[in-house]
Amino acid sequence: MARYELNDDSVVVVIGTGAGGGTLANELCQKGVKVVLLEAGKRLSPEEFVNDEWAAFVQTAWLDKRTTSGSWRVARDFPNLPAWICKTVGGSTVHWAGASLRFQEHEFKTRTVYGEIGGATLLDWPIGLSDLEPYYAKAEAKMGVTRTHGIPGLPGNNNFKVMYTGAKRLGYKIVHTGRMAINSRERDGRSHCLQIGFCFQGCKSAAKWSTLYTEIPAAEATGRLELRAECQALQIQHDANGKITGVLYADKDGKQHVQKARVVCVACNAIESPRLLLNSASSKYPDGLANSSGQVGRNYMRHTTGSVYATFDRPVHMFRGTTMAGIIMDEAGHDPKRGFAGGYELETLSLGLPFMAAFLDPGAWGREFTRKLEGYAHMAGMWIVGEDMPQATNRVTLHPTEKDRFGLPIPNVHFDDHPNDIAMRAHAYRQGAAVYLAAGAREVHEVPPYPSTHNLGTNRMSARPQDGVCNAFGQTWDHKNLFISDGSQFTTGAAENPTLTIVALAIRQAEYLADQMAKNAI
Amino acid sequence: MKRVLDRRLFLRTAASATATVITAGGAVVIAASNGAWAMTLSTFDATTARVLLVMTRHLYPHDMLGDVYYAEVVESLDKKAKADPGLAKTIREGVAGLDRATGVPWLQLSPGGQVEALKAIETSPFFQTVRGETVVGLYNNKLVWHHFGYQGSSAEFGGYLHRGFQDAGWTMQPDAEASPPSPA
Repeated sequence: MARYELNDDSVVVVIGTGAGGGTLANELCQKGVKVVLLEAGKRLSPEEFVNDEWAAFVQTAWLDKRTTSGSWRVARDFPNLPAWICKTVGGSTVHWAGASLRFQEHEFKTRTVYGEIGGATLLDWPIGLSDLEPYYAKAEAKMGVTRTHGIPGLPGNNNFKVMYTGAKRLGYKIVHTGRMAINSRERDGRSHCLQIGFCFQGCKSAAKWSTLYTEIPAAEATGRLELRAECQALQIQHDANGKITGVLYADKDGKQHVQKARVVCVACNAIESPRLLLNSASSKYPDGLANSSGQVGRNYMRHTTGSVYATFDRPVHMFRGTTMAGIIMDEAGHDPKRGFAGGYELETLSLGLPFMAAFLDPGAWGREFTRKLEGYAHMAGMWIVGEDMPQATNRVTLHPTEKDRFGLPIPNVHFDDHPNDIAMRAHAYRQGAAVYLAAGAREVHEVPPYPSTHNLGTNRMSARPQDGVCNAFGQTWDHKNLFISDGSQFTTGAAENPTLTIVALAIRQAEYLADQMAKNAI
Repeated sequence: MKRVLDRRLFLRTAASATATVITAGGAVVIAASNGAWAMTLSTFDATTARVLLVMTRHLYPHDMLGDVYYAEVVESLDKKAKADPGLAKTIREGVAGLDRATGVPWLQLSPGGQVEALKAIETSPFFQTVRGETVVGLYNNKLVWHHFGYQGSSAEFGGYLHRGFQDAGWTMQPDAEASPPSPA
């Protein structure tokens, strides 16, 4: 591993080791760029992961206090846990399910295709599908996505078989075991999937792609990466001209350091990334860095979600095997006849008994609840993931009074469902229930959204500086050597799970960044 | 927690157990008279513990589970209360409030009356604290999992690839395009 001096201002500092930051760091190192990679969490190995929901949650989740506001149900059920994302090397690629879907063409130009929707701040992306297609292909190859590059699909588990049965009886056409960044065959020195069933708890067989054991070791092998784990970025610093000069961070003992930098890339997920920019406010930039548009922290999206679980007469044992084991894609298109703009995917999901008790009907108690839970072994489950409307007031802000252990304001996450979100969720609940009833369910449960796993849009890219925080390469409009490298740069959210697009954007950004550095443009 | 009887005996006897209280060296030991379960308490008095034992079962009632599992939740709460005086106070005052609500000690109410009294306080910090502890603690107890058909950790058994991940025979059989074969 490389070692860089704190005053070495020739390095690129990447903050965050997940899908965006981990990939970007590796891509840069492969191109000869020197990278210091900061990560707030610890470095674990797959051997240390545990097949135990609460223990794994404590081991990997970002548990620093956050607050919530708004009418979303998460604010009531989990007031201090707006998001279920990770603080560990690998970031949320440790916890993600592996679904790797390309966005659809129209999803890059929603303002044009959907038109004006009251209350929504829809905006076309400054790029289209054709710009991203070559990078999608590279990302799929890198991640080993099934059903791409000749890689076979995964075998479907019981949970998938139940979904398939109902979907086929209902007439759905695009139903299969998904495009997953989980090895269906040994590949890239990693095992094939053993159907362990604890994808969310860190994959012990490393069959699921995570930057922890792919991108990061590959970057280390170049001799150009210095990973500093348990180092939390506190502030991004700049000079009198607005040029970014370095990052103030705290190491595991709480000791603070400043790492000088030629370029800083922010990839802390869409709550911490805007928080870091806002917490970097200075006399020159009283509203925070990269925020001349006022868009930092705004347009927070989390996908329109919810789950449908159903209880059957015969056993399912949904927990056996891949957590996200299959998909119905028929509802993913934009079909305003359904009464809403955008579309949604239906993807199988399972929870173990401990999390099922916590999430099936948060706050519920008594015999009616326990009767449902006693049907656990006979349950199948699916998750709704659909495009939600960006809104200016759905927003990450700094808490006015509460501070973290470093004395910095904690983030508040405000979210109100847009009427389009509510209409979509209602449609998806109905369709999900219809699938399970067609498969013979005796009881269907509409399960409210979990804490957000897809956090997007809070530093969005735009064609014009006044509409967003960064340009089509994630380069901030206000500081040419400051980049946004995670899902916070998404202009809109699309119906698909975001990781593949985050990785594709990171590969593309690395190309641009290395080129700009070579030209001495930054 | 001491398990002094085998599981079948627990299950047969636990629900009807009455309790014996022993005070020893500052700690309170409360035990089912038939020996099905015992709690060692450092913070709560015996009455508080018995209220919590009955309350946790009302919150998440499973006839298939013996009192021993609910007792473990109470014991864990007692341990936390020792380290957190604010929590101890919330519990103490909450239990006192339950008794005050009808003027009759809550434990003397009928089961239906006990549930009614709990419903009346379900937004209180006391109720929410006990509910939160129970929903996490009860279902996180590995010993209850098999009652629900949940198998827990699987990596040490090689996952489910050769252990029934596709064994539901009652569904349609997906075609090979939708669900390709497993690796050889």
